[in-house]
Amino acid sequence: MPYRLNINGAIHQVDVPPEMPLLWVLRDELGLAGTKFGCGKGLCGACTVHVDGAAQRSCQLRVGSLGQARIQTIEHVGGTKIGARLQAAWLRIDVMQCGYCQAGQIMSAAALLGQTAHPNDEQLNAAMTGNICRCGCYHRIRSAIRIAAGMEEEPSHVA
Amino acid sequence: MSHESRALPHESTAVSLGRRTVLKASLLAGGGLALEALIPLPARALGVAQQSAHATAELSAFVSIAPDSTVTIVAKNPEIGQGMKTALPMMVADELDCDWSQVRIEQADVDQERYGDQSAGGSTSTPKNWLPMRQTGAAARAMLVQAAALRWRVDATELTTARGRIFHRATGRSLGYGEVASAAAGLTPPDLHTVPLKDPAQFTIIGRPTVGVDSARIVKGEPIFGIDTRIPGMLYAIYEVAPAHGGRLVKADIEAAKRSPGVTHVVPIFGNGDAANGLADGVAIVATHWWLANQARSKLTVDWDLSAAKGHSSSVYRAKADAAIAAGPGADLRADGDPAAQLASAARRLSARYDYPFIAHAPMEPQNCTALCRDGKFEIWAPSQTPQRGLQTLQQALGIAPENVTLHQRRAGGGFGRRLMNDYMVQAAAIAKAVPGVPIQLLWSREDDMRRDYYRPGGWHSLEAGIGANGELVAFTDHFVTFGDGKTPAPAAGLNVAMPPAGLIRHLRYSQSMMPTIVTTGALRAPGSNALCFVSQSFLDEVALAAGTELPQLMLKLLGERREVPAPDSHSPAFDTGRARDVIEKVVQTSGWVHKPAQPRRAKGFAFYFSHRGYFAEVVEASVGRSDIAVHKVWVAGDIGSQIVNPMHAENEVRGAVIDGLAQALAGQAIEFVDGVVQQSNFDDFPLARIPMTPEIEIAWVKSDRPPTGLGEPALPPVIPALTNAIFAATGTRIRSLPVRLSA
Repeated sequence: MPYRLNINGAIHQVDVPPEMPLLWVLRDELGLAGTKFGCGKGLCGACTVHVDGAAQRSCQLRVGSLGQARIQTIEHVGGTKIGARLQAAWLRIDVMQCGYCQAGQIMSAAALLGQTAHPNDEQLNAAMTGNICRCGCYHRIRSAIRIAAGMEEEPSHVA
Repeated sequence: MSHESRALPHESTAVSLGRRTVLKASLLAGGGLALEALIPLPARALGVAQQSAHATAELSAFVSIAPDSTVTIVAKNPEIGQGMKTALPMMVADELDCDWSQVRIEQADVDQERYGDQSAGGSTSTPKNWLPMRQTGAAARAMLVQAAALRWRVDATELTTARGRIFHRATGRSLGYGEVASAAAGLTPPDLHTVPLKDPAQFTIIGRPTVGVDSARIVKGEPIFGIDTRIPGMLYAIYEVAPAHGGRLVKADIEAAKRSPGVTHVVPIFGNGDAANGLADGVAIVATHWWLANQARSKLTVDWDLSAAKGHSSSVYRAKADAAIAAGPGADLRADGDPAAQLASAARRLSARYDYPFIAHAPMEPQNCTALCRDGKFEIWAPSQTPQRGLQTLQQALGIAPENVTLHQRRAGGGFGRRLMNDYMVQAAAIAKAVPGVPIQLLWSREDDMRRDYYRPGGWHSLEAGIGANGELVAFTDHFVTFGDGKTPAPAAGLNVAMPPAGLIRHLRYSQSMMPTIVTTGALRAPGSNALCFVSQSFLDEVALAAGTELPQLMLKLLGERREVPAPDSHSPAFDTGRARDVIEKVVQTSGWVHKPAQPRRAKGFAFYFSHRGYFAEVVEASVGRSDIAVHKVWVAGDIGSQIVNPMHAENEVRGAVIDGLAQALAGQAIEFVDGVVQQSNFDDFPLARIPMTPEIEIAWVKSDRPPTGLGEPALPPVIPALTNAIFAATGTRIRSLPVRLSA
């Protein structure tokens, strides 16, 4: 089926089955490999993208259900003010170990800060609990979000 | 910067360089210096048991300096999140005395001739490379200095260096490394043994928190992982294997799958009968998109022979372990003194049984590999911890000669020991071979990954301890029931007979019984120790309390005076009781250790372990509710030698190890089998840690005078018994089985 998808501010024409999850359209059809495959069941958050500004697991989104929705991926989120601040904070305190989950973490964090400029611990946990980091970089994920939100000056979990 | 040749007191015990060390200098294409270092690196000097047979020349590093002063350092080892792509070049760059901003890092392809050992495992990269990397950098610096001295017609001893420049203070002259790099290429390289190394106080890069060299690309989602490999014309593959471990392919009806949308090829593959170390039978489905290949699985009708798996069930394993324990001690692994007599006359005897389950590695990036076969030659892109071993496996399983393979290393989304095995590489090559000329990316689903792991094997321990009239530990025995063929334990299923209190008391016996398994097992982060520390430190906590003391005090008493306890075998490092004492005393101090509960159902627990050359003592403070356990804070004291190479990464890695251990104990991780079929499938039934369970973690480094050792593993083991000992202190309930399950 042909679809016109609004991804990262541009229209992309694809011809794929309607059931194909957005994740695989991004990775295998459009060459946007920043969005990662982790579980295929919406359990790990590695494939998180924004759909009309909300964090969604792209492995659970059928391409046929997307319509005109505005989709944003890790490749483009740096073009937004929040995304750029998050990426800078992530880098400043070097959040990652293996780094595989971090695109999804940043996308969830960007959606959080888009909704709640200064999240408290509960809000942060609730927004980020769907994103697994197998390396356990959670202290720095928290810190980086707080730095990007202007809530933390000195990173507290860096050497 | 002044350079003097100064080794740390125990530097010689790290890596002794052989006499045949050779440096090779050459002119870089386009001008500049290229330096290779052929370093014979005796594996035995490190106590590295594996591959000790060939202590041949290793080309440890390759550094080049371009005319514009850009320094290019090849990162030879795999990067799996352990930070070696950054840390090893830091060692080179510091002794080269350049500025880190001048440095570019290139990931090496796999080439044993040029780079020697290229692996990530056993926390060995730092101790193996600490001196060779620095010596290579220092040699390059010495050649640049010599070239400048010749140009200026002064003595090299009059010159100093800093941040990639050479200075002649007497005349105020200076130049950048790039200006003399071409001239240096014509000089004879210095002897690596005598090239002066920096006084560690003069380090400018080592020890400075340094952001990982790939981090800037990762936060932008750039395609650098194995799964991101994209080759023109590439197709995607899945590999359907038998539902049960040990299953064999009888016949497959592939017609329906062939007609499935997007599918280009369906190929039944008969393996080499060695699923553990070679190629498992399976059916490959190749399609235009991975999801389409995966969808076509359900169209396969496959007749599998699962007879070998019958009876390989968790319940059967448990029953066999019960029977083995009831039958009494197994074959002796270690027998010191006369524990039976000591137990008979002990004032008090304690006995207990401990066990732990199979667990999976579950790295975030599912197993994958990209391969192209053309005219009998293979090009492979793999995220592997042991790519060189992968080449051997390709030869054994598929008859592909290593010289016909070009193997590119891709960043791995986590390893934890899973990618020590190269089964996915062999599968990808087998599929590529069946579809020549087409690049194939094999990608496993999460379910494939969970069901075809090389699991940390489960184990059972029957323990007994004797306590003397004065509260001293007089005897200790462990009957370990594990998996194996009766002679040799299955991979990662052996008992390390140095497990405390071995070597610290006179009367001790460790024995072993085995049962066979067809399930593939293997090393998982801190192999052996991740389970044995739970057994050792939990039962010693029981002993301590029964003897009227507490575990930190009992451990200090057992450790006694500062000395080296030799390892039971010649390949393993000795155990330094002084270093153990220091980390225990440190964590007792930082945590404000008291065993008595601070509040009802809230208490601290302690544990110590020595693994992978690292000494770690940890305290966990936890609250136990009716159905949940909250970990408030973890204190860590660790000694991995004189120098933390990259503190930025080191602290992160320790926190990650602590969280990993807590998840093993608390999240409910257990892999179970019914007739060889793994019952878990994804992160819903094999849970990992999530952000809300992250406790505060306070790390204190105890810096000893020993050369630096690795950090991927040794921080993990103590956190599990520290937690379960805290649960006992809070509730009086002793956790003797993992994962922790609170009975209602």
